[in-house]
Amino acid sequence: MSRLFFAICRRDIRLSWSQGSSASMVIAFFIIVVSLFPLGVGPEQNMLGRISVGVIWVAALLACLLSLDRIFQADYEDGSLDQFALSPLPLELVVLAKSLSHWLTTALPLIIITPLLGLLMNLANDAYLPLMMAMLIGSPALSLIGTIGAALTISIRRGGVLLSLLILPLYVPILIFGVMSVDGLRLGENAPMLFLGAFSLFSLALTPWVAAAAIRLGLD
Amino acid sequence: MNKNQTFSAKGLSVNRGDRAVFENLNFHINSGELLKLVGPNGSGKSTLLKSLAGLLDLQSGTIDHNGQSVIGDTDWRSRSICYLAHKNALKNEFTVEENITFWAELWQTEDQITAAIEQMGIKLLCDTPVAYLSSGQKRRTALARSLCHPADIWLFDEPTVGLDDQGLRLLSNAMGKHMDAGGMILCATHVDLGIEEAKITRLNLDDFSVNQNTDKTELW
Repeated sequence: MSRLFFAICRRDIRLSWSQGSSASMVIAFFIIVVSLFPLGVGPEQNMLGRISVGVIWVAALLACLLSLDRIFQADYEDGSLDQFALSPLPLELVVLAKSLSHWLTTALPLIIITPLLGLLMNLANDAYLPLMMAMLIGSPALSLIGTIGAALTISIRRGGVLLSLLILPLYVPILIFGVMSVDGLRLGENAPMLFLGAFSLFSLALTPWVAAAAIRLGLD
Repeated sequence: MNKNQTFSAKGLSVNRGDRAVFENLNFHINSGELLKLVGPNGSGKSTLLKSLAGLLDLQSGTIDHNGQSVIGDTDWRSRSICYLAHKNALKNEFTVEENITFWAELWQTEDQITAAIEQMGIKLLCDTPVAYLSSGQKRRTALARSLCHPADIWLFDEPTVGLDDQGLRLLSNAMGKHMDAGGMILCATHVDLGIEEAKITRLNLDDFSVNQNTDKTELW
């Protein structure tokens, strides 16, 4: 069972890095969006430092959103999703494998590149580690909830805008607690971080069932 | 493979949206037989195959395999059904062999890969990315993948689209071999598959179409 699970992960990761796919573009998008802010707001260091955490989180949210249609759309269009629905691995686990590969190819690179952008945004010295930590804990929820949205919009052509409208409101708690937990960690306050973790765990429990049900409906 | 199998359906009715596609459809086949689905375009051949594969919900009716009801049985479905419709479910980024290997790995039939590739005459294409193949070659690749499936029942929707004469011959050989081993095939097609008439049962979907009495003016 786990062999099949990881076979799907391997395939999706290879696909997302192969030519013409968007994994590297999402990272470029993340960098460009964040670097727009020093240009737009002006080089005033205090101001940049104050908004840095929020800006990086919002940019990560948008970058994640941009890559969501990759999770199921191509598989739906070329018929692979039909085959997955008939495969020996339950659709719930297929969904989870795809979610995991999305996290590995999108969220993880964003987290790794974050210190560079922190430099650009004059992030406070003691906020680097808390920010990366908060992103590490909150980003699984981004991928998982995004997977639900992607599953709900598979049969809609050019469903990108609808997907954004559907998913962004659900990302709001992650954004709020994500930004709060950075300050929290710097001041030794753990509660926001725990909320963030709870949100990730909750979406982990929910996503496989909801997304699999949405796909079954979408395949009609 | 068991040579005394039966596959039958009684009283099948299926809706697409609000429209009834067919009503009260029955068929029965035994090991080594092919059920050829015929009927004009839009008569519901694809819909029937899709609903037998469990990708569409039935309105009413029963489906039995060896006397056991199999509706909603996902274990049975992944074990006993090999479904191939219009979409080839191939990834352009991968080579022919990688495409087939991925699915064979899911079905745990890696030992069938070489034989299947030879059976469809695509040995020389093994290392070619699917993006460079012609539509007939893609079809052969998809068929070769289906040959790796351990299922007893093949559900093929227009499997011959894009195939040349040699491809058609290879397909009919493969079908013959599957039937000789005790397998069953349901195939929607308009061409002569080159299989002994004695083994073919015809099912005309037009016989089960729902009388379209709705007054068109009502729609306006």
